Amino acid sequence: MVLLAFLVLIALAAIRMRDLFIVVMLFSVYSLMTAALFMDLDAVDVAFTEAAVGAGVTGVLMLSTLRLTGRWERRPSHGPLLPLIVVGITGAALIYGTLDAPLLGDPAAPVQQHVAPRYIEQGPVEVGMPNMVTAVLASYRGFDTFGETFVIFTAGIAVLLLLGIQEGPETRPGRTAIGDQLVLRVVVKMVIPLILLYALYVQFHGDFGAGGGFQAGVILATAFVLYDLVFGEGDARLVVPPSWLHRLGALGVLLYGAVGLYALFAGKPFLDYSALAHDPVHGQHLGVLLVELGVGITVFSIVLAIFYALSGRRKAS
Amino acid sequence: MSGLPGLYNYWIAVFLMMAGFYVVISQGNLVKKLVGLSLFQTSVFIFYISMGKVADGHAPILAEGVTVYSNPLPHVLILTAIVVGVATTAVGLALVVRINEAYGSVEEDEIQARDNAADKATGRSGGSGESPRT
Amino acid sequence: MDHLAVLVVIVPLMSAPVCVLLDRSRPAWLTSLVAAWFSFGAAVMLLLRVSAEGPLRYSLGGWEAPWGIEFRIDVLGGYVLLIVTAVAALVMVFARHSVEQEIPHDRIARFYAALLLVFAGLAGITVTGDAFNLFVFLEISSLASYAAISMGRDRRALSASFQYLVMGTIGATFILIGIGMLYMMTGTLNMIDLAARLPEVSDSRTVRAGFAFLTVGIGLKLALFPLHLWLPNAYAYAPSTVTAFLAATATKVAVYALLRFVLEIFGVEFSLHAMPLDRILVFLGLLGILSGSLVAVFQRDLKRMLAYSSVAQIGYMVLGIGLASVTGVTAAILHVFNHALMKGALFLALGAVAYRVGAVTLREFAGMGQRLPWTTAAIVLGGLSLIGVPPTAGFVSKWYLVLGTLEQGLWLVAMLVLFGSLLALIYVWKLVEAAYFKPPPANAAAVAEAPLSMLVPVWTLVAANIYFGLYTDVSVGLASRVAHDLVGGGG
Repeated sequence: MVLLAFLVLIALAAIRMRDLFIVVMLFSVYSLMTAALFMDLDAVDVAFTEAAVGAGVTGVLMLSTLRLTGRWERRPSHGPLLPLIVVGITGAALIYGTLDAPLLGDPAAPVQQHVAPRYIEQGPVEVGMPNMVTAVLASYRGFDTFGETFVIFTAGIAVLLLLGIQEGPETRPGRTAIGDQLVLRVVVKMVIPLILLYALYVQFHGDFGAGGGFQAGVILATAFVLYDLVFGEGDARLVVPPSWLHRLGALGVLLYGAVGLYALFAGKPFLDYSALAHDPVHGQHLGVLLVELGVGITVFSIVLAIFYALSGRRKAS
Repeated sequence: MSGLPGLYNYWIAVFLMMAGFYVVISQGNLVKKLVGLSLFQTSVFIFYISMGKVADGHAPILAEGVTVYSNPLPHVLILTAIVVGVATTAVGLALVVRINEAYGSVEEDEIQARDNAADKATGRSGGSGESPRT
Repeated sequence: MDHLAVLVVIVPLMSAPVCVLLDRSRPAWLTSLVAAWFSFGAAVMLLLRVSAEGPLRYSLGGWEAPWGIEFRIDVLGGYVLLIVTAVAALVMVFARHSVEQEIPHDRIARFYAALLLVFAGLAGITVTGDAFNLFVFLEISSLASYAAISMGRDRRALSASFQYLVMGTIGATFILIGIGMLYMMTGTLNMIDLAARLPEVSDSRTVRAGFAFLTVGIGLKLALFPLHLWLPNAYAYAPSTVTAFLAATATKVAVYALLRFVLEIFGVEFSLHAMPLDRILVFLGLLGILSGSLVAVFQRDLKRMLAYSSVAQIGYMVLGIGLASVTGVTAAILHVFNHALMKGALFLALGAVAYRVGAVTLREFAGMGQRLPWTTAAIVLGGLSLIGVPPTAGFVSKWYLVLGTLEQGLWLVAMLVLFGSLLALIYVWKLVEAAYFKPPPANAAAVAEAPLSMLVPVWTLVAANIYFGLYTDVSVGLASRVAHDLVGGGG
């Protein structure tokens, strides 16, 4: 597998590099290749998310941090022996663990047997949507996704507690980090509406194709990050003021929770979407739509808030 | 790719995990540690997604004429894990920024040295380092 | 009634965004207080119910397990849930003044949101019946606790929090790998289902490796010696409320996770007999007891001293589990409860001292017996419980632990446990000596006791330390019942 070999090369290069800018770039490439690998392994939703999050958001956040902390790494003073031993033992344990593992692609493997067939056979019927990943994500294991939304929300709270979102000369309207680039401005102006439209499509089309609230939230946030980079943080903040973001994030998780509580008051278990309508499958549809909306709102606002917090930070003197 | 020897994917994933793990525990630069952590986690994702693959299967989205689908459950788990990963990275980066402001360094041994020096100077722990607030 | 099982977690969880929306310190505190007391009440009712009627199962989303996620509360889970919610309820009362002093005013609402998330995450771990869902709750509570710890006033809170983040994430990723390996061999994530299906495949190398990764991952979260390096600084430099809450709950929940996975899901037969985990746990437990206590003796910062003492106390719990007998596991479970009482009391009392005096080192503690008599008395009583002097709760769990070692003829281990108590006596004595036998520093200003809202939670916990030392029916009864369920009569 060529992809896997490339991944190994990138990982090795990332270990050796002292220029952190290159390391971050390598990591983004690594994520993108992983996403390609996921496509190959039939995980389209995961590939989509990995590309948007790993290659996109994580990379941008890391670069924003490097702007503040400096680009070069010092050579470590201690030797690599002890870490190598720890890594060696851990790796050996993992390899040992895979020796009895079912072979890749084996349809008789336990993973394919017990729980999974119901998702594949009944998912499209019981939950009423062709994308089984969305059905499992938002309905069968909707509570995990509820927790996941809280994880993102928690990260937002943590970053705001640590950094807050600063106001300064750089964040006033009309200032840009990269200067006035005419070509970029024209191109980005044309691209942004497309990104916004695509985000909406991904948000509401998750039942049928790859995508959903999480991916849509990230894409929407990227549109603003792009606008921010080209037209300046100040202008971006005029469009979406930072003080809205944490409130919006809170509203998103509360929307998800409210759907759950609604079922509770209707006498059904928490997050049982069939309580939302007379016809259970119809209720599932409505429930998934609403919780995905909540996820999208939270992810969008928290990702953007974290970006503002890092990119708007003044350099320590 | 279904014809390939069955454990190859796992072994590469293990190697990649260990590459990330090595970066985390051997490197002194805090940003690089976080990159290593992300590398480690991303490689665990490869491990999970590989186990969900069914030979000759298709993406788990209902389609005409397709009978064999790959297992959607690992995909769902990893979607959650990706979110956890980026959340952890974001919090870690915010901490790095604050550490850089408080210590003027993001190298582990320099931070350690500064803490020890502060201890000696005041004769007790926790004396000097009032961190700047924003 | 059934819905209480989910509300006990959901109410504090959803109160966190409410705090963020309110964005003002007083309403946020009030919200947190109400949420914590609600959960506490719910936990009491749930424990009463499951101890009378057996485990309670609740299918989230209406999908029955193993297809959906279920909450499953049994006596073990209900017991740890009660500890977490009770400590949260008391800490929230304490928090009001302490947080106003230690946290910048414009961040208090978000700080409470973070506290609630830590709390809800820990509570969620104790009630969920799904292995992956446990990972999600673990991450909610971990991320929120990194943020909460970093709010300490010393800059070392930042580096401590970062170190915890790195080690905690490695631990969580190990847990993720372990869960993945189990899922690979069984095709399920539900805990009951896993327990039923694992014996068939327990010979496989994959399950053994999965077991190792889960144990090491939980060990990192548990601060099991030698994986404890993140704990002392994190506890020493976090804000007072955070230290008290985490010290009394977070490691307890990790012990719970260890019990759940090792003894229930894998089963005693596999974990402690087929795999040599029993001897490893006894060995590491002893090392933790001795090294933690020894380092604690030489600390001048009192929070650090107690943090190292926590490493030792975790050693006692792990040692009890390693004994693999009903008495040993009873001792471990009892100590989970008793240690929450004593460390909760001690760290809250130190928080009350810090509120009046600032930083708390042995030097500043001189003459504290005159300056803050009530708070100091609470610290001394908590210290006695830590040593294991009768009639405190600490004595009861040590008693069962020594009993457990003697049952198996492990005289040396029993001696070392007692030696650990001796070391505890030394560091507690240093505290007492400073407080009562040294004059206050010449420049010490006269101070008043901390407000009642801080003293009442402290003394509630101190009283509980003495009550559960004298009346052991409830605590020992529950613990030995759980131990019987886990280890079985034959263990």
